Amino acid sequence: MTTDLQRNWYPIASSSDLPKRHVYQAQLLGREFAVWRADDGNVNVWENRCLHRGVRLSIGINDGHELKCQYHGWRYANRTAGCTYIPAHPADAPARTICNNTYPTQEAYGLVWTGEEATGDVPALDGFADATVLRPIPLNATTDMVSEALVGYKWNESCLGFANADGSVTVSDSNGVSIRFFIQPTDSHRSVIRGIVNSSLSGDARKDALKRHSWLLQELRDQVEAAASQKEMPAPYEPVIARVAEDLVNIPAIREDGPAADLRVTVAEKEMTADDILKVRFESIKGGLPTFQPGAHIDVHLQNGLIRQYSLTNGPGETDHYTIGVKRDPNSRGGSVAIHDDVKKGDVLAISAPRNNFPLRRDAVHTILIAGGIGVTPMIAMARALNVQGLSFEFHYFVQGESHIAFSQEISEFENAISYHMGLSPEETGKKLGEVLSEPGHARHVYVCGPGPMLDATRKTAADQGWADACVHFEYFKNENEVDDSGSFEIDLARSALTLTVNDGQSILEVLRDNGINMPSSCELGACGTCQCGVIEGDVLHQDVYLTDEEKAANKSIMTCVSRAKSKRLILDI
Amino acid sequence: MKCEDKVLLNDWHVVADLANLSKGSNHSTNLFGKAINVSLDADGNVTCTKDGKPLTCQLKYGFVWTCLGEPSRDILHVPEAFEDDRFVVSGGSFAVKTSGLRVVENFLDMGHFPFVHTGWLGEEPHTEVKPYEVELTEDNEIIATECYFSQPVASPTAEGAIDVEYVYRVYRPFTVALYKTNPHYDDRMDYIVLFIQPVGPEDCVVHNMLCYIKNGMSEASLRWFMQLIFAQDKPILENQVPRRLPLDPRAETPIRADKVAILYRRWLRDQQVNYGAIAAA
Repeated sequence: MTTDLQRNWYPIASSSDLPKRHVYQAQLLGREFAVWRADDGNVNVWENRCLHRGVRLSIGINDGHELKCQYHGWRYANRTAGCTYIPAHPADAPARTICNNTYPTQEAYGLVWTGEEATGDVPALDGFADATVLRPIPLNATTDMVSEALVGYKWNESCLGFANADGSVTVSDSNGVSIRFFIQPTDSHRSVIRGIVNSSLSGDARKDALKRHSWLLQELRDQVEAAASQKEMPAPYEPVIARVAEDLVNIPAIREDGPAADLRVTVAEKEMTADDILKVRFESIKGGLPTFQPGAHIDVHLQNGLIRQYSLTNGPGETDHYTIGVKRDPNSRGGSVAIHDDVKKGDVLAISAPRNNFPLRRDAVHTILIAGGIGVTPMIAMARALNVQGLSFEFHYFVQGESHIAFSQEISEFENAISYHMGLSPEETGKKLGEVLSEPGHARHVYVCGPGPMLDATRKTAADQGWADACVHFEYFKNENEVDDSGSFEIDLARSALTLTVNDGQSILEVLRDNGINMPSSCELGACGTCQCGVIEGDVLHQDVYLTDEEKAANKSIMTCVSRAKSKRLILDI
Repeated sequence: MKCEDKVLLNDWHVVADLANLSKGSNHSTNLFGKAINVSLDADGNVTCTKDGKPLTCQLKYGFVWTCLGEPSRDILHVPEAFEDDRFVVSGGSFAVKTSGLRVVENFLDMGHFPFVHTGWLGEEPHTEVKPYEVELTEDNEIIATECYFSQPVASPTAEGAIDVEYVYRVYRPFTVALYKTNPHYDDRMDYIVLFIQPVGPEDCVVHNMLCYIKNGMSEASLRWFMQLIFAQDKPILENQVPRRLPLDPRAETPIRADKVAILYRRWLRDQQVNYGAIAAA
């Protein structure tokens, strides 16, 4: 049940309690908060508890972009509080629904405000636009007792106090000095007085005011606490800790069906970042955007009905927008041209929530990022994450020429790690890749994204030079293989106890859909990995470019959009 | 909170490390919220009393054991404690302001090594918890096997990083042990058992027995290592909210690495152990 107390806004900290990279512990109505400011200035007020094992996040680490739990290093994103990384499972992308409890937050009058169920804005205060924040005074007493005492607060004989409807107390003197006192109920019997003076004081005037009110409020505190100790205090509040979502009890979370487009965004910026490459910034129309991890992509639903996948280039904690890069490809089926020519700043587009089928491990001693052309976009997100965490990496960007370098501003952050390889022929590229990949080793990983032939060359070079398949991670833009959709076969769905027939010209995905079976998908070309499904029995004719050769040989999973059965029958884990 | 769990009341619990008692003195402590007095007379005889009445009492492994009800089983038998080439020492009794069940779960957890025991039991970026096996045995014990973790300084005698193998074993709700690779042997493992004294539902004293193969080791370095590791765990344990272990599967968010903890919570639920826990709704 929501009470008025939960609907109110209360100040829980002074803005000055949140210096750079600090985490402040606050409390309201018995509930603890971890309060922290990200480097972009955003203030986060979260439940002071990691969702994993309940450890206080106020003892965690604020790296300026994310808050990292001390116990198992789980990372939570600025703004959304979504978990972006679980170090115990470095190869998995965490379910994006693992999200800490956040509370409404505003910063005004030099104070940080929250309320469990607060809506609207903090109360507007006339005459306090330039306020001086007094030292907060904690007391062991109820808010009623504190309010009563504050009404009688005096710094000179002309002072007159009254209680406001919102529970605060105003005291003014005949010289025009006015103080508004807010009473923060940390618990049923404990409060904090947070006062602001109606002028921006500086120098000696500020020093004198702070000193004087600290002294007078301390005296008030002593009196109120003496009176409180004679009374029986109410029982402490028992804040209810919300249960985690049911689907999180068994990780991974159940994925939703289809190429969903559940978000609406506006095109906030659109500018050329290199020859033929457009940088597009999306912002949410209402509410926040879901948490993403480096390597994630979104589906963009275009006005002409096409759906295209684009990798996010955002760095950690950059959660108020998504930025993608789009290369104009006149030979494509019209997606990139539509974005370049038809999409205008201010347009509203439908996009999917981010999906991560290209997760970045952060347990490597060294990471090699290789980008070819527009394949640079997921690499930027990865490099930014590695850079913020101070992990060792190198970044090789193969590009036609200087004018083709996209996102040069973002890339300038990696000045020690970036190497440009410009205008190389296929032979020269192969030779360079040979040098870049000359040192395989324990806990060294390679990530590559770029045109198909370059990916093939990278994978082959890596294999020839002794890199394990599991250490070479890749993402193709598209599947350039000819897909064979001939022949019919049966699929048994082990968990649904259904047998279906896939006919000549149909895909497994289509047959599942036609029979009402939920299966998420994105590119539907065998490149993105979204429609992956476990195989229990039967031989798979792999036609995708998502699985590694090792994974294909293991025959344990299938991309249902393009791959088929070699045998008469497949048993799928669905 | 009163303890009403028969399985706990009718079991033996450590209430003192004999090494910490001096002859002719009394030691006051609590067990399940009840005041217990432990005294050692001039001849070395130990007695335990509650409200002035004697309790059943035993000395074993250098610890004083008592039982508030009727013992339904013996004190745990630890074969490693009788092997001549091992040190059998106590690493010290640590008071921790949290439920003893939280301490057991922390002991079963490898995922925190790089973050809490940085530079000793783990180090970033080597953070992966590889899949391992867990089973409930016919004797109603939980055993986790094939647990491997890369450790910079796995033990007082280890030189350089090694991949360490662990076996975890939960014997009783407040009794948990681990077997761990000894850097000098392929076929023998060091052994640590925690005998956790449930002082209150949100309070415990962690007593422990270390059975380490003597080769290259001193008792002092062994104790030092245990105390270092435990001092790193204590502030984390005391910052877990709530202090009692929630048995509702939706109270916290488990991951694959927590397989053994998931079974531990279910096992407690099945045995109706509620002391130090928050029962599932």
